[in-house]
Amino acid sequence: MRFMNIIKVALRALRRSAMRSVLTALGIIIGVAAVIAMVSIGNGAKSQVEASIASLGQNIISVFPGNFTTGGVRGGFGSASTLTVEDAQAISREVSGVVAVSPEMNDRSQVLANGLNWNTQIRGEDVTYLDIRLWSVTDGEMFSEADVRNATKVCVIGKSVANQIFPNMDPVGQSLRIRNIPFKVLGVLASKGFNYFGQDQDDVLVIPYTSHLKRIARRPNLNSILIQAQSPELMAKIQQDVTDLLQQRRNGREPDFTVRNQQELAEAATATTKTMTVLLGAIAGVSLIVGGIGIMNIMLVSVTERTREIGIRLAVGAHGRDVLTQFLVEAIILSSMGGALGVLLGVGASELVSKLNGWPVLVSTSAIVGAVAFSAAIGVFFGFYPARKAAQLDPIEALRYE
Amino acid sequence: MPAVVQLKDIHKTYDSGEVPVHAVRGVTLDIAGGEFVAVMGASGSGKSTLMNLLGCLDRPTKGRYLLGGTDVSGLDRNQLADLRNQKLGFVFQGFNLLSRTTARENVELPMLYGQRRFSSKEIRDRALHSLDIVGLSNRADHFPSQLSGGQQQRVAIARALINDPQILLADEPTGNLDSKTAVEIMGVFQKLNEQGITLVMVTHELDIAHYCKRNLIMRDGRLVSDTAVSDRLIATVEMQKILAAEAAAKLTA
Repeated sequence: MRFMNIIKVALRALRRSAMRSVLTALGIIIGVAAVIAMVSIGNGAKSQVEASIASLGQNIISVFPGNFTTGGVRGGFGSASTLTVEDAQAISREVSGVVAVSPEMNDRSQVLANGLNWNTQIRGEDVTYLDIRLWSVTDGEMFSEADVRNATKVCVIGKSVANQIFPNMDPVGQSLRIRNIPFKVLGVLASKGFNYFGQDQDDVLVIPYTSHLKRIARRPNLNSILIQAQSPELMAKIQQDVTDLLQQRRNGREPDFTVRNQQELAEAATATTKTMTVLLGAIAGVSLIVGGIGIMNIMLVSVTERTREIGIRLAVGAHGRDVLTQFLVEAIILSSMGGALGVLLGVGASELVSKLNGWPVLVSTSAIVGAVAFSAAIGVFFGFYPARKAAQLDPIEALRYE
Repeated sequence: MPAVVQLKDIHKTYDSGEVPVHAVRGVTLDIAGGEFVAVMGASGSGKSTLMNLLGCLDRPTKGRYLLGGTDVSGLDRNQLADLRNQKLGFVFQGFNLLSRTTARENVELPMLYGQRRFSSKEIRDRALHSLDIVGLSNRADHFPSQLSGGQQQRVAIARALINDPQILLADEPTGNLDSKTAVEIMGVFQKLNEQGITLVMVTHELDIAHYCKRNLIMRDGRLVSDTAVSDRLIATVEMQKILAAEAAAKLTA
C-alpha cells in the first residue's frame, strides 16, 4: 500500500475518535514539555553558576602561603607568612603565558568617615586587579601605578561600602579613615552583587598593596598572589611553572606555599548543577514513558475495536506487514504530534517560569531534538506490540468478530 | 471450459477445542469456468469451512486444492493473501464494508493491496467502472450508512470484481436482505455469470439456490448431492412477478 494512503487512513482513524486521540497524545505532550522545561531550567541554573564563577575573573591561578607549624601547633591553611612581593615580581618576570600578577593583602578593619563607621574587607592590590577580576570603576577612577609605587593613601570602594559610609552623597574625592590613617576615595567600583557562595562582593575597599603592607598590615608578607593566565589551556603549565619557580626560590626547603587553580572551583560548582539537570530531566523522562504506555493502551483498544476492519483488509489481500505498518504509523503520528505540541508547551512553560520567577532559563536545541526523537521512538516502541497483534490476526476470526 | 477449481479429497480438522472437530471429511469437487454453484447444508455441515478453504482464507489439513491449475494447498500466509487479492472476489453476508469510507474507496481497497502499483486515476477509473457494473456509479461518494442493504451488498460485489477475479465467492449473500432485494442481488449475480464469471455461493434458502445452475448439498463434512438445476429461476422474470404483485396489492387495497 502506498505511503500516502497509509497516512490518509491513519489520520482518518485518529480523527474518528478525535477526543481520544487528543487525550492519548496529552500524555506525550506533558512528558515532552516536562523534559524540555526541566532541562531548560537546569541549564539556566548551570549557566548562572558559570557566569557567577566567570565574574570572579578568567583563567585565574592563586598562590597561597603554606601552613605554619610551631611547637607542634599546626596553623592551618595559609597561616605561614612566607610569600613576598619579590615572589610576585619573579612570577611576573619569569613565567611565560602570564598576563598579569597582583600581590594581594587582605584584612578586615573598621572604616570611618562622615560620622559613620563600617567594618569591611581592606584589600591591597596592584592596578591590574580590576582587569584580572573583570571589574571596573563606575565613578571616579582607579589608583595609578605611581600610587602603588609611592604607597599613596588612596582607595577605591565597593558599592556597599559607599552606601554605608557615604549615603546620599558622592564619595569620590571624600576622605575616610582606616586605623586612623586618612585615605582619599578615588572611585567607586561597579556593583558585582553576591557571589556563588553568598558573599557580598561589593563590601570591599581596595588600596595599593604597597600602602597596605606599609600602613595597614605593617608586615612584610603577602596574603596571596593573584595570577592571570593567557588562556585556559595554559593553566596547568603555568601552575606547574609557578610551583617550580617558587620551589627554586626557596633553595630546596620544604614547600611553604600552595598553588590553586580556579578551574577546580568552577568544575565542582557546575558539576552540582549538572547533576541537578540530569535528575530533573530523568524525572520528566519517566512521565514520557508513562505517556508511551498510554499510547500502547489506546492502540490495543483500537486494534480490538477495529478487528473487523482488519479482517476485511486481510480478506481482500492485505499482508500482515500492511496492517502492521498501518497501526505503527498511527502510533507514530500520535506520538510525534504529541511531541511537537509538547515542544511548544515546554518552551512556553520555560519562558513563563523565567518571567514569573525571574529564573534564568536556557532552552537547548538538543533537549528539543532529543525529546521529539524520543517521543517518535516511543511511538514505534509502544505501537509495535498492538500493531503486531493486529497483523497476526486470523482473517476468518477477525471477520467473525462482533 | 477447463476446471477453475479442483478439490481432491480435502479434509479440514480443527484442533483448537478439547475434541478435534472434523469439519470437512474428504471433499472432491471440480468447478469449471462459467459455472454458478450453490452450496447448501444445515448449520455445522461444513459448508462455511469449505467456503473458507475455497477462498484461501484457510488451509486444508489434508488434500489438494488446485486453483486455476496451480496447487495452493501449501502456500504461506502472504502468498494466500496475494491469491485472494488477485484471483478471488468475496461477498459476505454482513457486507463487510468499511464504515466512514465512501463506496468508491471501499471498492478501491483490493487495488491498494495489490503487488502492482496503479496510478490514482487508474484506481479511481476502475472503481467507477466496477460500480457501474452493479449499477451504482451514481452512489460512488456515498457512505455505507447512506445506502440500503441491497446497495451495500452491490458495493461489496463491485469490490469483489475490481481485480477481475477468476472466481467470485459469496457466503450467504442474501442472508441479511429481504426477499425482493435478494432477488435483485441474484439478478446481479446472474448477469455477471452470463458475462462469463464463475460464481460459488453458500446459501441455506432453497429458492435462492434455484437461481444457480448447479446445487451441492453438504452433510457432516461430505458432499451428499451434486445436481444440475432443472427448473432454474430467472431473476428478471421473478422481479417482474414481484412488481406485478405489488402493483396488484395496491390496486386491490
